[in-house]
Amino acid sequence: MRVKVISRSTDEFTRERSNDLQRVSRNYDPNLRTQEKAVEYVRALNAAKLDKVFARPFIGAMDGHLDAVSCMAKNPSHLKGIFSGSMDGEIRLWDLATRKTVRQYSGHQGAVRGLTVSTDGRVLVSCGTDCTVRLWRVPLASGMDSDEDSSDNKSIASYVGSNGFSAVDHQWEGDLFATAGGSQVDIWDHSRSQPVNTFEWGSSSVFSVRFNPGEPNILATTGSDRSITIYDLRTSSPAIKLIMQTKTNSIAWNPMEPMNFTAANENCNCYSFDARNMKEAKCVHKDHVSAVMDIDYSPTGREFVTGSYDRTVRIFQYNGGHSREIYHTKRMQRVFCVKFSCDASYVISGSDDTNLRLWKAKASEQLGVILPRERKKHEYMEAVKNRYKHLPEVKRILRHRHLPKPIYKAGILRRTMADAAKKKEDRVRAHSTPGSMPRKSVRKNRIVREIE
Amino acid sequence: MEILDFSDELEVKVKKYQRGEAANLEVLKDKKLKGQLADREELFKKSANAAAKAEKWLMQTEAGRLEADGIEKTWRFDQHAIAKEVDVASRKNQFDLILPDLGPYTLDYTASGRYMVAAGRKGHVALIDLHTMKPIKDMQVRETVRDVVFLHNELFFAAAQKKYTYIYNQAGAELHCLKEHGSALKLQFLKNHFLLSSINKFGHLHYQDITTGQMIGNYRSGLGRSDVLQVNPYNSVLCSGHAGGTVSMWKPTSAAPLVKMLCHRGPVTAISFHPNGHLMATAGMDKKIKIWDLRKYEAIQMLPGHAKSLDFSQKGLLATSTGSFIQVLATSDSQDYSRYMIHTMAKGYQINKVLFRPYEDVLGIGHSNGLSSVLVPGSGEPNFDSWVANPYETSKQRSEKEVRVLLDKLPPESIILDPTNIGTLSIKKKKEKRTKQDLEEEKEAAVAAVKNVHLKKKTKGRSKPSKMARKKQEGIEQAKRSFVEKNEGGGANKKQKRITEMSDLPVALLPFASRKTS
Repeated sequence: MRVKVISRSTDEFTRERSNDLQRVSRNYDPNLRTQEKAVEYVRALNAAKLDKVFARPFIGAMDGHLDAVSCMAKNPSHLKGIFSGSMDGEIRLWDLATRKTVRQYSGHQGAVRGLTVSTDGRVLVSCGTDCTVRLWRVPLASGMDSDEDSSDNKSIASYVGSNGFSAVDHQWEGDLFATAGGSQVDIWDHSRSQPVNTFEWGSSSVFSVRFNPGEPNILATTGSDRSITIYDLRTSSPAIKLIMQTKTNSIAWNPMEPMNFTAANENCNCYSFDARNMKEAKCVHKDHVSAVMDIDYSPTGREFVTGSYDRTVRIFQYNGGHSREIYHTKRMQRVFCVKFSCDASYVISGSDDTNLRLWKAKASEQLGVILPRERKKHEYMEAVKNRYKHLPEVKRILRHRHLPKPIYKAGILRRTMADAAKKKEDRVRAHSTPGSMPRKSVRKNRIVREIE
Repeated sequence: MEILDFSDELEVKVKKYQRGEAANLEVLKDKKLKGQLADREELFKKSANAAAKAEKWLMQTEAGRLEADGIEKTWRFDQHAIAKEVDVASRKNQFDLILPDLGPYTLDYTASGRYMVAAGRKGHVALIDLHTMKPIKDMQVRETVRDVVFLHNELFFAAAQKKYTYIYNQAGAELHCLKEHGSALKLQFLKNHFLLSSINKFGHLHYQDITTGQMIGNYRSGLGRSDVLQVNPYNSVLCSGHAGGTVSMWKPTSAAPLVKMLCHRGPVTAISFHPNGHLMATAGMDKKIKIWDLRKYEAIQMLPGHAKSLDFSQKGLLATSTGSFIQVLATSDSQDYSRYMIHTMAKGYQINKVLFRPYEDVLGIGHSNGLSSVLVPGSGEPNFDSWVANPYETSKQRSEKEVRVLLDKLPPESIILDPTNIGTLSIKKKKEKRTKQDLEEEKEAAVAAVKNVHLKKKTKGRSKPSKMARKKQEGIEQAKRSFVEKNEGGGANKKQKRITEMSDLPVALLPFASRKTS
């Protein structure tokens, strides 16, 4: 006969010295662990509750401007800094870590309407209602913390245009920048005092300009005739124009999928489009209750942040119909501009109450250095929460947000109105011949027409 | 050939880690959801493969086995023969503690298999560390002790004494006196839920949460006195066996049992559950030991013999004991349980309880003259997981584990018969619309039924042939009429008819056209 019995020697399973690590044996057999799903569910519930306990997204406000903040710009080569321009012509460079002003650039006579930084991060371009485009020197990263050098606060150059400018944007890879003013879009070079090129389509004023991150020669503009126009610098005429039912305030291109862009519209929604096929929107992002003023994509291309006239900042998934997060404060008034930081961890909002506010992109994220074990635990909690997020108890906790009363009421009102309109449409359809009233998808019915 | 075998083995292992079949994604119409679920399934496959491959390196210890050569049978080998072939350390696990005065002994092991608590009926309670074979605490409670269980670790145990149930700590200090349980006959501890359950001499079940001290459930079984209580480790459902031969399964949140099965023709004497949750072994006074499949509630095997105590091991071996005789049954490839090993004790010994020791090839026996322990090769799981149960735990690891297990404590509502149902959709069955064919068939069947009815012959000229024929016709028309009224398609046909008739009217007036013209 052959006999064998389990025999374990204690040395194999205990440590030799007290400064050794304890030994761990693993057996992943599911039979050893009973009721795995119930345990995971309890962990998901606890993870959701802890999420809410640690959700403190507001980091700080940057105070200093004397008038509303109208525009902001990120420096692509320096994570810690952000530029902001206000309605009284003052431009400030902020250090996000200390939340203090590093440089103050004064020179504009009227409101600063647009700010952008050149590709190499050395030159700041600003434009304003005083019909000027000014170029400023950006201090080096090492020189950011040093005292103000008065010679750096004067502009390198100042170019005068024919009418007040409303937006400016720099190519992602190149030397040109575009300004929007009056009813034309001007293309400038750093060293020329006159625009290199001018585009015009129709007589409506152009409000905002954005260059495409992938194709340096393509840019999109929005106009007061409720249009979104796409231009190609290599041709001499504009490419496509899309007219919607309401005006678009701002556009942001998806940095990871450069053919897609999202437009922040006056009718409280954001519309994502594929620039190659503008017949219908890819996705409609609905959640704001008042006009959406500004939009910016995260560098991961998976999320974008919007700031709206209803005093809130919302973060959406790139393909999600509803927001995943909303930020609001009693002191924050109308939000005019938002930016996602270049490391995808922070969101900066500039608002009517002269403050810039710094928020976390993920409200319950632990900042600072995280140990590998902590990181693994966070990842596990995230994964187990996502596995059970559709169950009612967990969903209720994850979904819960405190909204200011006016926004909550406005949301209910909008929903009631939309339901009533839908009911009416259904009834009209029920009383008409079948087929005489085709259903229009939301992604299409906000587009009036498309022009080549 | 070898390569094939290896991949087959891998297949079997991967199946074990996959925890069920992949979902059928063909029926989904939502493309986004389909893509997301397909990604998930890929991930599950990958992780199952990785776990199967890692098994080779992670499984340090080999399982035990007992194989007979040629025409020998495995149950011919007794403990002496096995002891000769085995190493010294394992021979330590075979012992006999002779304690003749203090009544039949019952025992319990901790989940890691390192500590054992034994209690004699006359009040002797001992806590023993089986690695060092030293008694940690030896005490006399001076009362009848009917049952002992460990709570979540070796620091606490509960004893069902004459009138009440008491919780003691490792030093022997009495921590709690649980009066509500009454005179409990059997105790069971639900590990994941921290519930101490008992059945008392009136047949009342109690569930108490030992972390808060709250009594969660207190139910009358309604089936009289019962001293058979076992918890199914797969789904934490409590089972009690009754004098009428029924086995009832309970959960803490309902007063009525989940399941009542008629298992035996006489009182049920013992129950035990296989760790995979599908098999249950029951023994009754009708000299039968039955193996039940709990998915179908059918007996798949019947073995002859009495059994005062039954226990399944981690590897699926079944130990039964009657009088002074123990037999261990094992499945071979035929999926049926057959005799694997036998152990007979001296004639006067009455065996009270058999219990397999976790993670060791050892069977613990509590009998009228003390405690014994015998080797059963192949019964224990050789490789433990430190984060589930660690026999080599330090006190720091033990306190960390306690905190972690408390964080993962399950609510008592989570006890359901099928624990894999959590997180799944509950689909409401839609009433299927009967097709036209179905209706036709039903109509014909009803008409045929009416035709077959035999009309009673009446006297005094009331059963004239013409009258009977008319009555039959009326019956058939009645059956057909009920179908015409029920027919849903009739309404739509009517409407269509109306519209086609009105097609000469302009479109705008169609909704307002009167129905009289139809």
